[in-house]
Amino acid sequence: MKQFLAFVRKEFYHVLRDRRTLLILFGMPIAQILIFGFALTNEVKDSEILVVDYAKDNASQELLTKIGSSRYFNIRQAAFTHKEILGTFQKGKIKAVVVFPANFNGDLLHHNKAQIQIITDASDVNTANMITNYLSSIVMDYQNQINQNLEIPYRITPEVRMLYNPQLKGAHGFVPGVMALVLLLVSVMMTAISIVREKETGTMEILLVSPFKPVLVIFAKAFPYLALSLVNVVAILLLSVFVLDLPVKGSVALLFAESTLFIITCLALGIFISIKTDTQQIAMLISLMGMLLPTMMFSGFLFPIENMPVPLQIISNIVPSKWFYIIVKSIMIKGLGIASLWKETLILLGMTVFLLLVSLKSFKIRLQ
Amino acid sequence: MQDDKVIVCEKLTKRFGDFIATNEITFDVHKGEIFGFLGANGAGKTTAMRMLCGLSSPSSGKATIAGYDVYTQTEQIKKNIGYMSQKFSLYENLTVRENIEFFGGIYGLSDERIKSKTEELLQRLGLKTEANKLVASLPLGWKQKLSFSVAVLHEPKIVFLDEPTGGVDPVTRRQFWDMIYEAADSGITVFVTTHYMDEAEYCNRISIMVDGKMEVLDTPTNLKNSFHARSMDEVFYQLARGAKRGD
Repeated sequence: MKQFLAFVRKEFYHVLRDRRTLLILFGMPIAQILIFGFALTNEVKDSEILVVDYAKDNASQELLTKIGSSRYFNIRQAAFTHKEILGTFQKGKIKAVVVFPANFNGDLLHHNKAQIQIITDASDVNTANMITNYLSSIVMDYQNQINQNLEIPYRITPEVRMLYNPQLKGAHGFVPGVMALVLLLVSVMMTAISIVREKETGTMEILLVSPFKPVLVIFAKAFPYLALSLVNVVAILLLSVFVLDLPVKGSVALLFAESTLFIITCLALGIFISIKTDTQQIAMLISLMGMLLPTMMFSGFLFPIENMPVPLQIISNIVPSKWFYIIVKSIMIKGLGIASLWKETLILLGMTVFLLLVSLKSFKIRLQ
Repeated sequence: MQDDKVIVCEKLTKRFGDFIATNEITFDVHKGEIFGFLGANGAGKTTAMRMLCGLSSPSSGKATIAGYDVYTQTEQIKKNIGYMSQKFSLYENLTVRENIEFFGGIYGLSDERIKSKTEELLQRLGLKTEANKLVASLPLGWKQKLSFSVAVLHEPKIVFLDEPTGGVDPVTRRQFWDMIYEAADSGITVFVTTHYMDEAEYCNRISIMVDGKMEVLDTPTNLKNSFHARSMDEVFYQLARGAKRGD
């Protein structure tokens, strides 16, 4: 144990002294989260909103003025009808359409409730969500305003339609996606490189001649990256909660447990790569091409897997990050517990055990 | 077992498929001896050394290191040997002190022992002022001396040196050999490979490997006499000229 600790301490020295490593370790996740995050908030400002007003009465005009005075929206009056809306979306400039039905004011006065329709272009899910949320809160605000002196309240219900992507697939997908990417990069690439570096410099030989057990060498090398990856998970979650306002709906403890599992999967992969390669460059190339690219393509983070041809869908199943992505998304966004995620967890666990066994086995062969 | 023999090899052989890297080598090394292990590149030195260090399992033959069997007691062997390779083998981005502490740590020395050893070593090498500098900033000669000191930090019975003086200037090499003599005087057996024939003359006994076989084994003086050679260079040349394997 004392030997192990001496080793782990040495590994931390390595990491903390190498500025480039540190930059990748902590700069990258923060940069990625912030880039994605600000891309998100900037888009909603000054969005072009098209209004189709069949009512043209007092209430609709008042509500429109309110929407127009917000800094988020610029209003364009439409001269055409409902049916032509699709065409305007295809041109891309218009982010949402607000439709007031005929007799909007009348419905409010006589039935105490009225409807408006909000149609957004949900191919860009984050923007669509943001816009409907803002519009809905403006409508709520207006409703409270006119209800101030009334005994029977008026109700305006916005009816929301998400065009192109009604189930909002990929919503807030980037935080789980970035998490998978960052953990993968840190755990696979960094571990592989740090082990191969010892081979390159010849220190691995010295370690193997020492009474320190070879298997422990590998574990001691992987351990700091497990710790640092967990720090990264904390950083990403803090950023997503406090900077991006994306709370963790499910259990944080479960999220950490699953992340730890995924990190170990990645470490096992990194160890495997490091055993099979002899130079840092090759280790890095394999990590990037073999791990990063499949994660981008097959985890569902950037491209929906459902839309892929069947062979690619099958391939996506062997990419560990796909399962991790599903797990994180379910916990963070849908608030699901282990009861609904045991299948994905089991698959990830299976992969981890398999990879660990394979790398330990090839490590032994290598020693002969 | 045998009074003061720390390395006993009998027909030690390593095959990789059809290729016989080390072919039935037989020799003994005594306690405190400086044993030169010579041979051209590809003669099988490295393979033999790996077997003796417990890194690779022999195909046949017998060998004991410090009384421990190379087949079954590799763990004990590793505790009793030190090793320094031709590649510089300390961590460049750790300080001198951290390197010493790390290697002390993985050899399982106690904290007090590491502490006293570190101070003693820094004192002896005259590295007191450099103790907290990164090893990368030291000149090569110092690095090699530090490397050697680290290899014998845990007071092993045998230390294996694989071309320890490659690329080092003659003055530093001379100093390095002083350290080797010092270690041998304190009872540590030194097993050294080298390509420098002047260094070979510093050894108590020399073996020369050709094509996986150990062709000769004797003191430098006896070897020169039996080959009618004026220097070890000539002895080596006469033997190695007949080699079929090269690199």
